[in-house]
Amino acid sequence: MATAQRQSLLKLDNKATKRANMLLEQNVAKQRRDKVSLNAFALLFSEIIQYSQNRVLGIQDLESKLSEIGYRVGLRVFELAMWREKTVHRETRVLNTLVFINTVVWRTLFDKQADSLERSTESEDEYMITDNEPSILKFISVPKEMSSFSPGAFISGVVEAIVECCQCPARVTSHVVPADGMPLRTVILLKFDKEVMGREKQLEAGK
Amino acid sequence: MAKQYRSIGEEVWKNKVEKVNAELFIFTYGSLVVQLIKDYEDYHSVNKQLDKLGYNIGVRLIDDILSRTNLEKCKDMRETAEVISKIGFRMFLNIAPSVSAWSADSKEFSLILDDNPLNDFCELPPRAVQGGLWYSNVLCGVVRGALEMVGLLVKVEFVRDVVRGDEVSEIRVRLEKVLDEEVPVGDD
Repeated sequence: MATAQRQSLLKLDNKATKRANMLLEQNVAKQRRDKVSLNAFALLFSEIIQYSQNRVLGIQDLESKLSEIGYRVGLRVFELAMWREKTVHRETRVLNTLVFINTVVWRTLFDKQADSLERSTESEDEYMITDNEPSILKFISVPKEMSSFSPGAFISGVVEAIVECCQCPARVTSHVVPADGMPLRTVILLKFDKEVMGREKQLEAGK
Repeated sequence: MAKQYRSIGEEVWKNKVEKVNAELFIFTYGSLVVQLIKDYEDYHSVNKQLDKLGYNIGVRLIDDILSRTNLEKCKDMRETAEVISKIGFRMFLNIAPSVSAWSADSKEFSLILDDNPLNDFCELPPRAVQGGLWYSNVLCGVVRGALEMVGLLVKVEFVRDVVRGDEVSEIRVRLEKVLDEEVPVGDD
């Protein structure tokens, strides 16, 4: 390898090491930075939706794209939450996992608990987390011709990542179910995989 | 003058904006960058795309600034730079980059970001550094878009960034042209 090239690679390597050390020295046990403006998030999120929309054909594709972006967020949120919650151990049971999401995760991300956590009356492997007014969706208005679109797909991606990290993989979708004065009331629907439900039964029986 | 802008910025940040968890914002931005890298597979195109998204944000964000403050028209670029830093950045990201390195003709300056939220938790793989990725390039687009809406055509680019191993993060802003005030063409 030519000397000049080797030197430039070496320089790059030094720089990378420096950055890595800087990150390692940061304490993550406490949140270092508290808030940014909701508008900053809303503007960014709006661009994310528009960018994704230009690259997909239908609403379902758009939702799965948003969910993919949320998924990567969820992985990181989970890691950090685990670091910070002193009393929490990694949940493996479905209900505990759901409660963890409903309380800890929601509080971290949205400064409040989710409004409800319910089990579907029709099938026992389905659960619903409801947020009456998801703050991050506040400025979004869904056009009529896209009425089936749920911008909460981003949140369902976050949730999907977290249940997967808890070894309770599920298919997670989001649905807008408006109520009085709450046009963006969002229901996150989780349908747990067969293995998970099988394991639940075994654990229950073994108690 | 600078002091006055600082207090306006802080007032707005404290009392007039709703807030959201910074880490949610940071991770979401990171996830978007990952998505762009997957979609474009070329870091220069990613830079361009980030700048474009930023531009769209800037075009809308300026309204937000103007509607929450009673700012008068800036007399010169020096004043504009202070507003960008003390009010613009403060209002949205709760930081105020320092303004420095003015060119002799007062048309060009640097924003030094001592503390860029977008960089939190970010470690670029060597190939991204080599490939020329400017991770926070969205900010350049935001500044460009916002200033264009008030009649200032500027060139904005990153020249240094700590995530690339540089000492500081620096954005260079250069005024290219002042647009004459005229009735805007209908936007239909």
